[in-house]
Amino acid sequence: MAEAMLAVEGVHAGYGPRLALKGVDLHIDRGEIVALIGSNGAGKSTLLMTLCGHPRAKQGRIWFEGRDITRVPTHDLVRCGLVQVPEGRRIFSRMTVLENLQMGALTSDSRHFRPDLDRVFALFPVLAERRAQRGGVLSGGEQQMLAIGRALMSRPRLLLLDEPSLGLAPLVVRKIFATLEEINAGEGVTILLVEQNAYHALKLAFRGYVMVNGVITLTGTGSGLLANPEIRAAYLEGGG
Amino acid sequence: MSARLLKHGAPSPVLVTAIREAALTGLLVVVLAVPFLGLKIENAGNGLLLETRWPAAFIAVGLAMGGRVLLVLGREWWHRPAVFDRFPGTVFLSERPLWGLGMAGILLALFLPLLLPNRYAIDTATTLLIYVMLGWGLNIVVGLAGLLDLGYVAFYAVGAYSYALLSLYFDYSFWLCLPLAGLLAALFGILLGFPVLRLRGDYLAIVTLGFGEIIRVVLTNWNTLTHGSQGISGIPRPSFFGLPFGVAVEGGPVTFSAFFGIAHDPLHRVIFLYYLILVLALGTNAFTLRIRRLPIGRAWEALREDETACRALGLDPTTIKLSAFAIGAMFAGLAGSFFAARQGFVSPESFAFLESAIILAIVVLGGMGSQTGVVVAAFVLVVLPEWFRDFVEYRMFLFGAAMVAVMLWRPQGLLSHRAPTLRLSPGPAPPH
Repeated sequence: MAEAMLAVEGVHAGYGPRLALKGVDLHIDRGEIVALIGSNGAGKSTLLMTLCGHPRAKQGRIWFEGRDITRVPTHDLVRCGLVQVPEGRRIFSRMTVLENLQMGALTSDSRHFRPDLDRVFALFPVLAERRAQRGGVLSGGEQQMLAIGRALMSRPRLLLLDEPSLGLAPLVVRKIFATLEEINAGEGVTILLVEQNAYHALKLAFRGYVMVNGVITLTGTGSGLLANPEIRAAYLEGGG
Repeated sequence: MSARLLKHGAPSPVLVTAIREAALTGLLVVVLAVPFLGLKIENAGNGLLLETRWPAAFIAVGLAMGGRVLLVLGREWWHRPAVFDRFPGTVFLSERPLWGLGMAGILLALFLPLLLPNRYAIDTATTLLIYVMLGWGLNIVVGLAGLLDLGYVAFYAVGAYSYALLSLYFDYSFWLCLPLAGLLAALFGILLGFPVLRLRGDYLAIVTLGFGEIIRVVLTNWNTLTHGSQGISGIPRPSFFGLPFGVAVEGGPVTFSAFFGIAHDPLHRVIFLYYLILVLALGTNAFTLRIRRLPIGRAWEALREDETACRALGLDPTTIKLSAFAIGAMFAGLAGSFFAARQGFVSPESFAFLESAIILAIVVLGGMGSQTGVVVAAFVLVVLPEWFRDFVEYRMFLFGAAMVAVMLWRPQGLLSHRAPTLRLSPGPAPPH
């Protein structure tokens, strides 16, 4: 466990008195892509939010790069290298693409700005074309790319993505997942992916966790889980 | 080059420039001041007598040199690259399309007392400028940070009563109370900010509305301190940097008109107050234009759009909100102490909810976040009703109709265009 980049130990959390997470354990090693799948309301998003301290874990510990971050304020985590792409993209719709990307760079040294910007534009050439347009006029896929690009501008070592495929056409999802692979392999960014789209997520991931009712019920390699008949029945057949 | 200079402990280039320019200015003023101020020819009956007035010349030279240093430093502050300008390979854009309009407006404002030298016009313009300043202050809270504040007039009241009470009980002068009033109002801004940190939208609006009423009710009922609804009268008027306005009295202090050797005219004070609020308002505007280029200003805008995204990007919503409340309140406090000084009288009646509503209407009508829009809207809401005094019975009706028309055709406000602030510099990216 000491080797893990992120370690979650027995975390209980939730909004209000009802707990959405009832003792979650998982770990992510440096350089991995890990997928967390599960049905609606299983607690996937809550876990991702709890990693960022919002809501706080009621029990258990969260370790990031050997440091206990269970009580670290949400906004400080970005400086630690733990960056989240929130569910629903949440780009700044009145700001231009360039300004959105700049917002991501507020916490890092401004000297990195232009090189980082060029990297993001290389990953998502469409953002370079649309850099002067307002975020609100972009298509859903482009907004998702902008949200990922904005997160990359704060130089994450661990990138948390909440449902990046939400509401996007299959072709666009494939493109974004291919870019995630590139970000992982090319830039060395570790990725935790929370997805309902289990097929794409598990194909991409080194390892996967399955969450049911606030606990991890199953874990294995991405391809192993894909081949698992239980998973196929619950998350893939018909849902794919 | 400059970096190397700095490394060797040489004084910073700005200071060098400031000292050089101040020396040059000083030399020029010496040349001018020695004959014009330093020497005076007196008619001594049987011939002319040359009298010297070295202290006056000395003061003139000192003032000019000090002014030059301030000018250079101010210029440097204004042009110093903001944090965003330092992002290599990008160019910061200012609101160019409106730049000319703004300059024309400022020039017009500067020469207004010459163009319309009557008391009514200047008084109306002063009132307009108070509302412009309040609009600009509230624009920070509502327009930039997106925090709907229905009790903004409370900070205006805090500023006004700060000056009224400090002068009443401690005899503090206006020039001392002005910054104190701003500071106190900012403190009240933080005081309001803390309990409402977690509230948004409608809920925030209701709590701020309540806060505004609390301040007014306290001012009305705390008879021993504030004289209740009778208000505080006889608030000393601001002096011209120590020179009071008014008719010179034998044995009294040197008045403005006596010092400058001109005839007393009650219009002097009115014009002085006009320029004072002009400077205060323009200062508010310059501050806002500047801070929008700094990370905190950009964070306000981001907070208005999406608080969750802000947090995910490592911005602390607490700091962002409190700073918006504090800074917005500070400007209301400054405007409030000006208001008290101008009226010479404050009472809780001046700080009713209607005032908050008007200021908010100015911001919303102008187009949230637009500095020029605030001026246009303040003009529409403050000066037009003055012009249409003949239709006084229909005023509220016209006002309502205008509001409905704006909601129908310009729901974003009169000037709601938000110009992009940044573009990539032309040419290839710098080597990294």
